[in-house]
Amino acid sequence: MQNIGKDTQIYTEMLEKFLQTNDEKYLMKAKVMSSSFVNRNIFPEEIVRIHMKAMDSIYGETAGEYKQSLQFLLESLIAYRVANSKFEQLNTERLELKSEIQVAANMQKTLLKTEIPTYKTLDIGAISVPYRQLNGDYYHFTEGEDGILNFGIADVIGKGVPAALSMSMIKYAMDIFYDESMCPPTVLRNLNHIVERNVTANIFITMLFGQYNLATNVFKFASAGHEPGFIYRKETDRYEEMEAKGIVLGVVKKAQYEEYTLEIEVGDSIILLTDGVTECKRGDRFITKQELIEVIQKFSHLSAQKQVESVYNYFKQMEDFQLKDDFTLLIIKRFV
Amino acid sequence: MNLNIDIKDEGKKSIVQLSGEIDVYTAPALRDKLIPLTEKAGHKIKIDLENISYLDSTGLGVFINAYKSSKQHNSIIEIIHVKDRVLRLFQVTGLHEIMNVVPK
Repeated sequence: MQNIGKDTQIYTEMLEKFLQTNDEKYLMKAKVMSSSFVNRNIFPEEIVRIHMKAMDSIYGETAGEYKQSLQFLLESLIAYRVANSKFEQLNTERLELKSEIQVAANMQKTLLKTEIPTYKTLDIGAISVPYRQLNGDYYHFTEGEDGILNFGIADVIGKGVPAALSMSMIKYAMDIFYDESMCPPTVLRNLNHIVERNVTANIFITMLFGQYNLATNVFKFASAGHEPGFIYRKETDRYEEMEAKGIVLGVVKKAQYEEYTLEIEVGDSIILLTDGVTECKRGDRFITKQELIEVIQKFSHLSAQKQVESVYNYFKQMEDFQLKDDFTLLIIKRFV
Repeated sequence: MNLNIDIKDEGKKSIVQLSGEIDVYTAPALRDKLIPLTEKAGHKIKIDLENISYLDSTGLGVFINAYKSSKQHNSIIEIIHVKDRVLRLFQVTGLHEIMNVVPK
């Protein structure tokens, strides 16, 4: 308080001189003093108090409406300062949270990293773009020693941090439990067991798991409630919707999955996606399956990686395009 | 992006009328109202989706949640007046085979 007393004295002198001379140098001095208050944690209402005391000491006890108005200003400033400090605190917390989520997102990228394999006969492209910072979609490729390419595409129902963390669990469960002799229904049955037992009640996962035999070009797959993809048939130049039934992972204890088999010919493509692709919106309406196929077709002359990127960029650049969910698209082309 | 939740309780039955969109923003409020209803043994809950224009996977998660809770507490859920687009989501995820979903 001693300091404030001294401040009041200096302020009074400056104010008095300013009122007598109207010289701006006193105003400048007052500004310097105000700035120093910030470092000393002296709030704006304190300046009003100092001003009131200064006016009293220059003109004697001022009374009446003028003094009341200053009192009024003082109360308003106190309320402003309290609100402002709450706002700043929230803002700081928001920034801290944002940076923590960014750390989690980077961590997730590292944890879920998968290498896209290269082959003489297959051309593979993959893109996965999160709706926000964390991705609830996941894809992975593993190569078996017996000439089998295994791949999965999955989508967590539910968003944000819990969804993203569950996805990491799925990845590690696959790494640990996967056995090359397992057929797709067995892989999904095992994963269902893990999700059902270990993930919270709010989180469910859809997944399509496939095995591509590089020697015979037979593609076997099973689906746990996952959005069906397409097979492009060169012979007919048509996109066929893949059909597969099966319950989402994590809903029932003993789930059974069916195995589906397709033969992939030279020039055919397997197109797998998540519902972020089919649930894209243009203005008020959802894009239709036909529109999606047309866009995929438009870029089919490119390499698989360029094709998936071009499809995403095509939608992204549309003026009224809104991404509603994480967007993941895989294309596997057989070219020999 | 609004969801209206109107619940009529009739003894051992509740009718939940929903209108609007069920998505990541509105799903938590629906979950908070729906789950307690499923926790009463023997209670029947009819959920009317006639006026639902959009349901995303987070919204679907609420219904899976409610279904699991109903199994655990021996209550019964029926989802009625399910329009094509929403019905497709129940079909793709295989949920229509275990849940009581009645198309419009």
